[in-house]
Amino acid sequence: MDAILAQLLNGLDKGGAYALIALGLTLVFGTLGVVNFAHGALFMLGCFCAVVLRQLLTIETVTVDPTQLSPWGAAVEVRTPLVQAWLGDWGAFLVDYSVPISVLFAVPVMLVIGIALERGLIKHFYKRSHAEQILVTFGVAIVLQEIVKSFFGANPMPQPIPTDLRGAADVGAWLGMEANQLTYPMWRLVYLLFSLGVIGAVFAFMRFTTFGMVVRAGMTDRETVGVLGIDIDRRFTIIFGLAAVVAGVAGAMYTPLLAPNYHIGMDFLVLSFVVVVVGGMGSLPGAVVAGFLLGILQSYASMNEVKEILPGIDQIIIYLVAIVILLVRPRGLMGRSGIMEG
Amino acid sequence: MFSLSRKNVITLVIFSAIVLTMPIWLKPLGAAYPGLMQKFVIYAIFAIGFNILFGLTGYLSFGHAAFLGVGSYTAVWSFKLLTMDMIPALIFAVIFAGIFALFIGYFSLRRSGIYFSILTLAFAQMSYSLAYSVLTPITFGETGLLIARDDPRAIDAMLGVNQSASGMPVPSLLGFELGGYSGFYICAVVLIVAFFLSQMIFASPFGMALRGIKSNQTRMMYTGFNTKPYMLTAFVISGMFAGLAGGLLAVTDPIAGAERMKWTESGNLVLMTMLGGVGTLVGPVVGAWLIKYLENIFSAINTNMLNNFFDFLPDGVQTVMVTVMSKFVGEGWHLTLGLMFVLIVVFLPGGLVEGTERLVRRFRRIAGPSDEPTGKMASGRAGND
Amino acid sequence: MTNQKIGRRRLLKTMGAGFAATVASPLVFTGRGHAQEFCNNPGDKNPIIGFNVPQTGTYAEEGLEQLKGYELAVKHINGEGDGGMMNTMTPTSLKGNGILGRKLQYVTGDTQTNTDAARDGARRMIERDGAIMVTGCVTTGEAVAQQALCHELGVIYMSGLTHGNDTTGKDKRRYGFRHFFNGYMSGVAIAPILAEEYGRDRKAYHLTADYNWGWTREESIMNATEALGWETVKAVRTPLGIGDYSQYLTPVLNSGADVLILNHYGHDMVNSLPQAVQFGMRDRMINGKQFELIVPMFSELMAVGAGDAVKGIIGTQNWNWQLEDAGSKAFTQSYGAAYGEPPSQSAHTGYVQTLLYADAVERAGTFYPPEVIRALEDFEFDGLGNGPTLYRGSDHQCFKEVLVVRGNENPTSRFDVLNVIGKTPREEVIYDPAIFGGELGPYEPNQC
Repeated sequence: MDAILAQLLNGLDKGGAYALIALGLTLVFGTLGVVNFAHGALFMLGCFCAVVLRQLLTIETVTVDPTQLSPWGAAVEVRTPLVQAWLGDWGAFLVDYSVPISVLFAVPVMLVIGIALERGLIKHFYKRSHAEQILVTFGVAIVLQEIVKSFFGANPMPQPIPTDLRGAADVGAWLGMEANQLTYPMWRLVYLLFSLGVIGAVFAFMRFTTFGMVVRAGMTDRETVGVLGIDIDRRFTIIFGLAAVVAGVAGAMYTPLLAPNYHIGMDFLVLSFVVVVVGGMGSLPGAVVAGFLLGILQSYASMNEVKEILPGIDQIIIYLVAIVILLVRPRGLMGRSGIMEG
Repeated sequence: MFSLSRKNVITLVIFSAIVLTMPIWLKPLGAAYPGLMQKFVIYAIFAIGFNILFGLTGYLSFGHAAFLGVGSYTAVWSFKLLTMDMIPALIFAVIFAGIFALFIGYFSLRRSGIYFSILTLAFAQMSYSLAYSVLTPITFGETGLLIARDDPRAIDAMLGVNQSASGMPVPSLLGFELGGYSGFYICAVVLIVAFFLSQMIFASPFGMALRGIKSNQTRMMYTGFNTKPYMLTAFVISGMFAGLAGGLLAVTDPIAGAERMKWTESGNLVLMTMLGGVGTLVGPVVGAWLIKYLENIFSAINTNMLNNFFDFLPDGVQTVMVTVMSKFVGEGWHLTLGLMFVLIVVFLPGGLVEGTERLVRRFRRIAGPSDEPTGKMASGRAGND
Repeated sequence: MTNQKIGRRRLLKTMGAGFAATVASPLVFTGRGHAQEFCNNPGDKNPIIGFNVPQTGTYAEEGLEQLKGYELAVKHINGEGDGGMMNTMTPTSLKGNGILGRKLQYVTGDTQTNTDAARDGARRMIERDGAIMVTGCVTTGEAVAQQALCHELGVIYMSGLTHGNDTTGKDKRRYGFRHFFNGYMSGVAIAPILAEEYGRDRKAYHLTADYNWGWTREESIMNATEALGWETVKAVRTPLGIGDYSQYLTPVLNSGADVLILNHYGHDMVNSLPQAVQFGMRDRMINGKQFELIVPMFSELMAVGAGDAVKGIIGTQNWNWQLEDAGSKAFTQSYGAAYGEPPSQSAHTGYVQTLLYADAVERAGTFYPPEVIRALEDFEFDGLGNGPTLYRGSDHQCFKEVLVVRGNENPTSRFDVLNVIGKTPREEVIYDPAIFGGELGPYEPNQC
């Protein structure tokens, strides 16, 4: 029983991450009609927002002590952290909470990056073929990766969890089980809540604001909206920025779970496409449902009891589920007809 | 059957000449060694086959690397179990890849557009994951399927073919050992045949039907035309080309690894085809060569070589040039690749071949009015989307 | 456009003519075969060796470190710099004037941590650049692929960072040599320390990367710990590169096991170890004992990537710059002078392999590979940082002390994240080469 519950938590946690990554991708797909292979790179940039913020907060003054030599012959450096020196306890708190704070940092940064990318490049490709969209966005993704690599190297850069949120919470005890029956890392619970919050915010934005209404109208029938005299292009710029922000904050909060390196976006790229397509093209709820469904099924498929019956099932479960769903439901879970089918 | 327009014959002859003279014109480019020329030729076959599906029908498969992998594994197993001769290896590679493509195509072609792409991707990634782990008894997983001296090789043993006395056994063609340049020329001949076949397909009624499906599948179906068998045939042919390419990879270098089936390989193939020009006959070949060239030659340039190259400059300028250039070569060759993708798409819409043609046409229009409607190279182009 | 039909006969004729005209050209280009009696004989020219390491992809950092080690080795062999371990190596025939009096030159390549790309790179070095020796890798897949290729072409391959048993086991080759230790040695070396630290009454749970390397290491470490008296509760396979291991970690704490052994390498380990710590595993008492995590093989870069999670974790290493012997000190000194930071084990193994090859050529007095191979086989040497070392002839595996290390609780920089806590002597890690099977193959090379 506790094993089933624990895997459910794992599944929800994974699902939250998958849904969050897929959300921005499906927004860009559905509204702009652009196959964005740079979406993984945007996620990666979000991760590095956290890295950069931490590096800024832990900036140190370095004084060289020429009297002491390290074993490889260089002078020993004496380092004093600046932020703590200036701000005392408050500075230490900032450093400790650098990852959650980096979300606030990532929002404007990613918004600017997203808008710049759309204005500078993507907007010229709305009318071009999907093949050319893939080529140009893939090119952009590689360039972004290489830029990050030249600054931060290729090794993963681990980001610590704030001290208060480290360790595992006794979830079982909350549900009335014995102590230590079911424990779960605190940060994963935080991430789950965070992803639900962001998903809710995006849905509320699309549902209850005029902006969202116009964009949804544009998703359904772009021409008519244009005929009505609404400047849909300007809104599309903001949508691309929004997609970049969602990908970015998803990345920034994910850094303690997965140490980011410049390549992390490519590892998520295929997965996010699978989630979006299984959810159905042009459907925001579809992407979210698909994310959670795939996450939960992946967790259950990895249980030892399941693996004993079907060896290797955990290796292929995501793809297997994708195939079955796409064969049973022609447009994924909630896809609308006519989008990216031609 | 063997009907080609005069223009196509000329293209074929020029193409053959270019391929067969590779050792000459690649020399100044630093790429005239058998290992890379074999890869040029084999990946060109791979891309040509992919273009038969993508270029003619517009169906974008993201799983073609699986067929390449199946072809390689089949060929190496044929080397291990039957004979070191390449002919059975290639025949089995094509057949097995074809069967595999039939299976995947049968299911994937029930959907179109991105749904089709993701289905092919899912099948290929499943094959990759299984080949790397659970199927290790067949594929030898991470370390790859290699030939060994004490493999059974039933046919060779039956015919009493002498296993080479020194070193490892080498793939052969009717007793003639392949390696280096002979391997390249065999592959080059196969490429020319493959190119010819693709010309035939592009010009055939079958090719016309596929183009019809691409421009409007619904209308084709309304005319009482059953599109499904046509699509499936195109998919299987395309898979067989990939199997052939995989088999040739094993012939020129007898190893088969699971990484050949990973999505990045499929993605590379898609990029090669798009870079050169989707739907053009020579575009995919050019794209394949360009990417393989960057991957093998640019990645091998190090600061030492740059220093020698810029030796003629004054010291300060030399250092600056070397520092700047080193970002684009060696470990930075991916940056060049990415920038190239962006620049080509922005400035040469439709890929290298079509984009160049457009430029040439525009130039001609400026230079003086001409009646020439299309360039020579794009004879097979059917328009994109 | 007029469609002109041409007959099959005419077409074949046209093609035939074109082919005949060009088929003669290979004869012109393959004419070099006569001048040399073996592949890429440098003759009177400077010898060239090829450094083929990942420079892009997830293991780029390990590869670039290795490349630095190689470049330093070339400098020292050619008599530039302070000579590093050339001064401490015994016996040595190296004089600091290149190899056989000729300056050593090198070419580089990017393997992308991909077997096909690794082989492409090696072929370029051999066929275009005329490399007499190829070296470098960070995974067993790359090592085995390049080693088999080099054997077929008759060029010696000195592997870099490869830890799988297969490299000098099932897939060993006459032309391939490994200085790095392997999974079997890790298991044997770590066992006594584990018994000392954690006792002989433990229940172990294994998480193993699901491919050849993971399996061989799981087997080795399982045998070693079971010989101690440990019980194996369960061994679970995890997909390569999955990133999030939560679904494999949740069952561990309730399985009755009190030790988790992570048979993961590189980025798998960089992710799985911190995640295990986040699950609170190190704070728990099970069966009345403190729950422990073990990572049987470490590298410095992996330890840096895992961050705080690595503190106190026990594993093994091939070499560490903090060693106190003269060779390690000399190497650390000259590497630090060149690059401003201490070397990693990846750089060390690359450096040592190059020195060993150069020395073997010097002793053989020729570049002819069979002679060089015989010079390397059963070569006994010292002063290269690992104490007395034997290059065993029967499987081309180096035998030397294995270091047991522990994650530093209070690292002062990113360079001292691991502390050496023990050395398992060479005699204890030696094994019978027959247990892994495989065949070295002949000395006589194929012509390339």
